[in-house]
Amino acid sequence: MTSTVGPPRIRVGAVRARGRRGWIFVAPFAVVFALTFLAPLVYAFGLSLFRDQAFFGGTVFVGLGNYTQALADANFWDAFLRVLLFLAVQVPIMLLMALIAAFAIDSARLHAAGFFRMVIFLPYAVPGVVAVLMWGFIYGDHFGLAADLNHLLGQDAVQPLSANWILTSIGNIVTWEFVGYNMLIFYSALKVVPPDQIEAAAIDGAGTLRTIVSVKLPAIRGAIVVATIFSIIGSFQLFNEPNILRSLAPNVITTYFTPNMYAYNLSFAGQQYNYSATVAIVMGVITAIIAYAVQLRGQRKER
Amino acid sequence: MALFRRHRAIAALALAAALATACGSPAQDTAKATGTQDSVDAALKAGGSITYWTWTPSAKAQVAAFEQEYPNVKVNLVNAGTGKDQYTKLQNAIKAGSGGPDVVQIEYQALPQFALPGSLVDLNQYGFGAFQKDYTASTWSSVTVGNALFGLPQDSGPMALFYNKEDFDKYGIAVPKTWDEYLDAAKKLHAADPTKFITSDTGDPGFTTSMIWQAGGHPFSTDGRNVKINLNDQGAQKWTKVWDQLVQGKLLSTVKGWSDDWYRELGDGTIATLVTGAWMPGVFKSSVTAGSGKWAVAPMPTYDGQPVSAENGGSAQSVLKQSSNPALAAAFVRWLNHGNGIKPFIASGGFPSTTADLNSPAFLNAADPYFGGQQVNQVLTAASGAVAKGWSYLPYQLYANTIFVDTVGKSYLDGTAIGGGLKAWQASLVDYGNQQGFTVSAG
Amino acid sequence: MTSVLRPRRSRTLTAVMALYLLYTLIPLAWLVISATKTQPDLLSTPGLSFGGVFALFDNIGQTFTYDNGIFLRWLGNTLLYVVVGAGGATVLATAAGYGLAKYRFRGRQAVFAVVLGAIAVPGTALAVPTFLLFSRLGLIDTPLAVIIPSLISPFGLYLIWVYAVDAIPDEMMEAARIDGAGEIRIFLAVTLRQLAPGIVTVALFAVVATWNNYFLPLIMLSDPNWYPLTVGLNQWNAQAIGAAAQPVYHLVITGSVLTIIPLVIAFLFLQRFWQSGLAAGSVKQ
Repeated sequence: MTSTVGPPRIRVGAVRARGRRGWIFVAPFAVVFALTFLAPLVYAFGLSLFRDQAFFGGTVFVGLGNYTQALADANFWDAFLRVLLFLAVQVPIMLLMALIAAFAIDSARLHAAGFFRMVIFLPYAVPGVVAVLMWGFIYGDHFGLAADLNHLLGQDAVQPLSANWILTSIGNIVTWEFVGYNMLIFYSALKVVPPDQIEAAAIDGAGTLRTIVSVKLPAIRGAIVVATIFSIIGSFQLFNEPNILRSLAPNVITTYFTPNMYAYNLSFAGQQYNYSATVAIVMGVITAIIAYAVQLRGQRKER
Repeated sequence: MALFRRHRAIAALALAAALATACGSPAQDTAKATGTQDSVDAALKAGGSITYWTWTPSAKAQVAAFEQEYPNVKVNLVNAGTGKDQYTKLQNAIKAGSGGPDVVQIEYQALPQFALPGSLVDLNQYGFGAFQKDYTASTWSSVTVGNALFGLPQDSGPMALFYNKEDFDKYGIAVPKTWDEYLDAAKKLHAADPTKFITSDTGDPGFTTSMIWQAGGHPFSTDGRNVKINLNDQGAQKWTKVWDQLVQGKLLSTVKGWSDDWYRELGDGTIATLVTGAWMPGVFKSSVTAGSGKWAVAPMPTYDGQPVSAENGGSAQSVLKQSSNPALAAAFVRWLNHGNGIKPFIASGGFPSTTADLNSPAFLNAADPYFGGQQVNQVLTAASGAVAKGWSYLPYQLYANTIFVDTVGKSYLDGTAIGGGLKAWQASLVDYGNQQGFTVSAG
Repeated sequence: MTSVLRPRRSRTLTAVMALYLLYTLIPLAWLVISATKTQPDLLSTPGLSFGGVFALFDNIGQTFTYDNGIFLRWLGNTLLYVVVGAGGATVLATAAGYGLAKYRFRGRQAVFAVVLGAIAVPGTALAVPTFLLFSRLGLIDTPLAVIIPSLISPFGLYLIWVYAVDAIPDEMMEAARIDGAGEIRIFLAVTLRQLAPGIVTVALFAVVATWNNYFLPLIMLSDPNWYPLTVGLNQWNAQAIGAAAQPVYHLVITGSVLTIIPLVIAFLFLQRFWQSGLAAGSVKQ
């Protein structure tokens, strides 16, 4: 506050006018977003009200007919329950690991913290094609590490690509890929925590752990909520990893293994664009409701 | 509020687009159109430029040779992806009404799917129907739907038995002539060395349909809008009776076909035989170098000892309706598969569909060092003449192949009878066909 | 002297983290070792041991020359998509996140709901509608079809939003206003520095996301001359399937290692800004 000129009184109207200027910053994003996300979405909603026959016959308006079909579709619910189970187990494990890693790297108690930070992030940078070959090698029960492990243990104890193991194997890949990603979110949030707060805790004699629990954790709650929301969305949209494993684990992963795979195969293999759009929208509504609930809960705690 | 006005405008645009494409091209029953090759010759003389989508490795040499022969024609060669990836793009371009190529490579199994909705040009209008006598019967029937001709065949895949001679000699196993002998060989080999398997199969729709084909089955037939599906006919039953024993007896390697591990097992003797198309020697030579000198070729085993084969894989070149110069595109297709394009194709290791080339002495008598000097084309050409007649694929075979994993794949996984999986597959296919405007009956 | 601000380094913690590091590195070790093998060795030697020949440099040479050196073209395309796409995404997300965090205007909450709702719908199912729209706009098979969708990072938007709420005190903006700065100048001069760690994180995520973007380019592009590395490598990988198969696993693997290296460099480069961001934070007030 070094200004020599006395601050003019700001009228309420002026504040509101300035508020509107916020749109200057939001507008460019909003325009591109409308073109690339909203327009196709509106289009898809339009599609979901029709039924089109890929070969003969034409297009019929069916209103919400596709929606009632989706809600009664056993394949859809099979896929939905699978990702729900996946989400309930994998997301907490992954986020907890990411939090621990972020605090460890931020704590300044780690040797070579910069190295850790980079290597843990690295898996996120591996392209999907390579992931197939890599995990084919790890999970392979012919020539892979799994085969070596079984050799050591005696009989076929580890079968990552079998029906009973496959969800765990997918969870492992997702965790491997995304711990570093979430770690960076938390880590960079820790970097913007005002240092005076941490200093104050230090002056009060708080140790590393107490500082984490009482100062740092509350300070990055916003980042944790965002990471949770995006992890939930990511789990509901699970696609890449099971799709990758399909080429390694024949028959175990069906075309409706996850809701997103189901929508994809309906559209790309079956040309059932209308029904595919419907499944995607139903899934989107469920996802948005859950994500919004998490957001509200996160906000309430903040207050 | 600018945002909301803007996005209402976009929404309107989107809906308009949706409606426009929703009322897109309905299928047409193509009437028999015959014409002459004059317009094709004229287009070739006039020149111009066309786009050609293919993933076949010989394309580069072929296009270069074509452009040298016809300097006033420019062929824009595009590899838009292998198989399924290319079909996705093709389907999208057709739906969008633009952006597709003039000439496109399509596998025989996928051809009806693009032909039936009217996306391909009937080449009879250029008089190409006259070429029928120059092609093997099975490939020609693969490019005709009803009376219309939707492409010219390039490669073909009459099936034969590729076997690892080293494995067979080592354990004193005779090369099987019948499927019963094949079963015995499978048991004998696996008993002698439990790490070895007669072949690998984890459930593959292309292989399954080909095996039913060889066994004399006709599970799919299409007449206009009417489709009949019977995946429990005599042919299917004959095949599953043999194959169930291999799957349930755990006599097959469960390595996934075309994976790096699969190539490895082909090279190191783990997989002792492959029952597959005549294009396989090219793959062996380029990619299973470790197996050089060990492999040999024999006719496909049969049920009664009488020679009979089936097609596996293979593709044709077709002209897209979207093409702005279909006559020139047809000229290129004619050159590729009924002209000078065949020579570079064979030189690159391809297996042709034209009878003259299949029966030329140079082709038949070539001794192949990879196969220990065997004249493999003798066996393979004989197979192309022994392909069982009357086969056709579903008009939505690509979809069928995709959901194969959910039904027949499940039988492989659980070790239950394949017939049960085929039944479930059939049920899904009947439902789907009826939803898409066909009248499907299960036979 | 040990305090929260300057604690002693812990061997136990480092050891525990090293275990995690091992988990992270084993698959990558396979990748790097495999890049040193010839195609036949790849298919005949155990995964974590070296092959008969050390072929890394030969493989690199082949990767760059195979199919008339198309790999280089793909690398160039990817760089273009990353610079324009990820760069633009960072700018748009930073501006919008800041605007949402620091200005009160009508429709602010609606932006949140709309963005959340839109990204909750799985993008793969929207691919066909997006394709048809872009086809109408004449964007198919052009770089713009890849770049325009990359400009949006909803995640970046949220991240900047939550960071900006805490990292930029309202008083600081007030002070700048009193000094007569316009809104855009305030954004550029005052807040960008405060947000540096957040912006760097968003930039890094956008770079990696664009670098690894696969699905949309696959749908939008049919001409290999416009492919990014991911789609190109996938095409090489798919060559292993079917009649006329020509597997080039050694090139796929070497190409992948080469694909990851620029990302490591980007990471090392951007890493500096976390430190400087921290420094900027500690001088504040």
